[in-house]
Amino acid sequence: MPLSTKDLIGLRTLSKKDLEFILSQAVYFKEVLSRPIKQVPALRGKTIVNLFCEPSTRTRCSFDMAIKNLSASALTVSVNTSSVTKGESLLDTVKNLEAMGVDAFIIRHSMGGVPKFIADHSNIPIINAGDGFCEHPTQALLDIFTMQEEKGYLKGKKVVILGDIKHSRVARSNIWGLKKLGCDVVVCGPPTLIPEEIEKTGVKVCYNLQEALADADFINVLRIQMERQRVGLFPSAREYHSLFGINRKTLKYAKKDVTILHPGPINRGVEITSEIADGPYNVILHQVTNGIAIRMAVLFLLLTKRNKGQTT
Amino acid sequence: MSKKYLIKNGMVIFPDSNIEELMDILIVDKKIQLLGKNIENSEATVVDAAGCYVVPGLIDMHVHLREPGQEYKEDIVTGTRAAAAGGFTSIACMPNTDPVVDSPEIVQFLMNKIKTSAKVKVYPIGSITKNLEGKQLSEMGLMFSSGAVAFSDDGKYVHNSEVMKNALLYSRTLGVPLISHSEDPFLVEDGEMNEGYYSTILGLKGIPAVAEEIAIARDILLARYYGPVHIAHVSTKNAVEMIRKAKQEGVPITAETAPHYFWFTDEDVKTYNTNFKMKPPLRTKEDKDALIEGLKDGTIDVIATDHAPHSIDEKLCEFRLAAFGIIGLETALSATITKLYYENNLPLPLIFQKLTCNPARILNLRSGTIIAGEYADITIIDINKVYTVSEKHFYSKSHNSPFLGIELKGKVVYTFVDGAMVFSKNKVH
Repeated sequence: MPLSTKDLIGLRTLSKKDLEFILSQAVYFKEVLSRPIKQVPALRGKTIVNLFCEPSTRTRCSFDMAIKNLSASALTVSVNTSSVTKGESLLDTVKNLEAMGVDAFIIRHSMGGVPKFIADHSNIPIINAGDGFCEHPTQALLDIFTMQEEKGYLKGKKVVILGDIKHSRVARSNIWGLKKLGCDVVVCGPPTLIPEEIEKTGVKVCYNLQEALADADFINVLRIQMERQRVGLFPSAREYHSLFGINRKTLKYAKKDVTILHPGPINRGVEITSEIADGPYNVILHQVTNGIAIRMAVLFLLLTKRNKGQTT
Repeated sequence: MSKKYLIKNGMVIFPDSNIEELMDILIVDKKIQLLGKNIENSEATVVDAAGCYVVPGLIDMHVHLREPGQEYKEDIVTGTRAAAAGGFTSIACMPNTDPVVDSPEIVQFLMNKIKTSAKVKVYPIGSITKNLEGKQLSEMGLMFSSGAVAFSDDGKYVHNSEVMKNALLYSRTLGVPLISHSEDPFLVEDGEMNEGYYSTILGLKGIPAVAEEIAIARDILLARYYGPVHIAHVSTKNAVEMIRKAKQEGVPITAETAPHYFWFTDEDVKTYNTNFKMKPPLRTKEDKDALIEGLKDGTIDVIATDHAPHSIDEKLCEFRLAAFGIIGLETALSATITKLYYENNLPLPLIFQKLTCNPARILNLRSGTIIAGEYADITIIDINKVYTVSEKHFYSKSHNSPFLGIELKGKVVYTFVDGAMVFSKNKVH
């Protein structure tokens, strides 16, 4: 059963079937990661471009590892996107690389919609590695994969996404994926960091941490970017922490066996205390490991998909 | 002596008096010589208008011709050819060019250029403030003497209320309107589309409706105290309601909207097609319906295009980086007839008021009506003609239209400017 899509742009447009297929494929690659030799020849001879138009360490390294584990070659390209008039346009860069014969693009960009724009003008698979505050599908897939590992199944589970929802692509991708799998999703944060009409996606909005955490099975704690404070979206880090921070006291509001996720990088002491981030409830480093398995699954499925009329 | 034309058997619409009547029109020496039933003239070329509507030449009071300085997007020749093809015989061009139209010398430059190369009548709009900076008043008096018909910092809001107050007071003696691009710059910031569900799921920075409404609220108050303001491109429901109420209270305020605002919504942005990116942004269905209601009850006086040409490179790119604005001259009439007449049953005379006599009244132009003895600016329309919008038909230098691929009903068949046939058989002459 191949994926029904050429690209992975986001979980909003991904079918439930494709989503579940990627998750089940990742189980195999997770097993590969436990072997002494973590490389399989699945994509030998393929060249995959890591097109990063926004600084990123974790995601770029994770994709790099996934590419290497699949025996494909990685080509890392960093592009400055500040201006449309200076230098070559992004579309030209992509078309040139495509003409060189590369097999897929992994795109990270500071602007929403760019992977979709590139996918509309390209014939090879485009994988979104995060675009503006639109989507970050592989992050959400690895979050969901980790949650499934923890609790076995997700239907009916309560997931709280906590923090800056407005500027978070991770939150959006999580919402689409979790709703497709039948979770109850609550978003929580100060009203200035909750985007307009988010309830229409099927989530509940809650401005009170205690209320939000009641009966929660999972808490996905988002990174608080301190530049949001400078533009007046919240008054200070300490006020944020006192109202929305996860610490020993606030954790008591949730279920006893609650699982805590964080997409990283962590702002220790702001959205979560070190005590909790490194404590028994967290699966933060499992998320990182699972990220490799998910990205291997995505690359493998998209790059081995046979198009019409194409032979092996 | 110019050619004589006899327009036969057309249904003539007199928007200013709300009448439509089967009549013939004889054009001699640039002017309408005779208007009546069964006119015969053996010297005149007969224009068969049977089954068509004959209306005053359309007027678009909101056009960006991009000259001087951005001729790669549009210029006076191509922009006015596009106007002729769209049935517009008079257009007013906005001053946000490079350099800005903020001095009599630049107005004079435009007037000279218009005289030699424009296909239709073009009326320059001067800027309210020097270089659109919102600080020092432009030389409105001298620009007016050189031919400017109105003043606007279009593209920017005159955010300092003291400056806008003084501009309104100062321009009183000229009897011309100030046109406001009403959007609060702090609430707009670097927004890309309407703020709402779609900006949330598309991950694009939102521009809330209140950004426009707060600015219009101030303009209404300033108009009440200091003089007439024309609000450009109204796009929200609350804005329509505020303008309606202000008019009822006798505030000297007029308003326009553009066809794209009563055609599309923020949902149309979901493919990241940059031809749906403009300022103010496309709003919701509720706003769209309120605009149609406002057009129906007279709250909105004018349909203008905000024709804003941009090159392919400025549109075929990342959504955030794409230029704001779309072209409209060649689709406005068809889009308006399709949406307002066919889908919402607005009467044709009412629709044409918004495209002829109302903008003429606001800009003090001697056109927008069909009267014997006046210059013959006339547009003939086949309202039954169905066609699909395609960029290969555009006369504009730019092709950034959200109507591409859409089927519209109603099309211009002839355009006359000062008695000269500038458009016929789908060709600009």
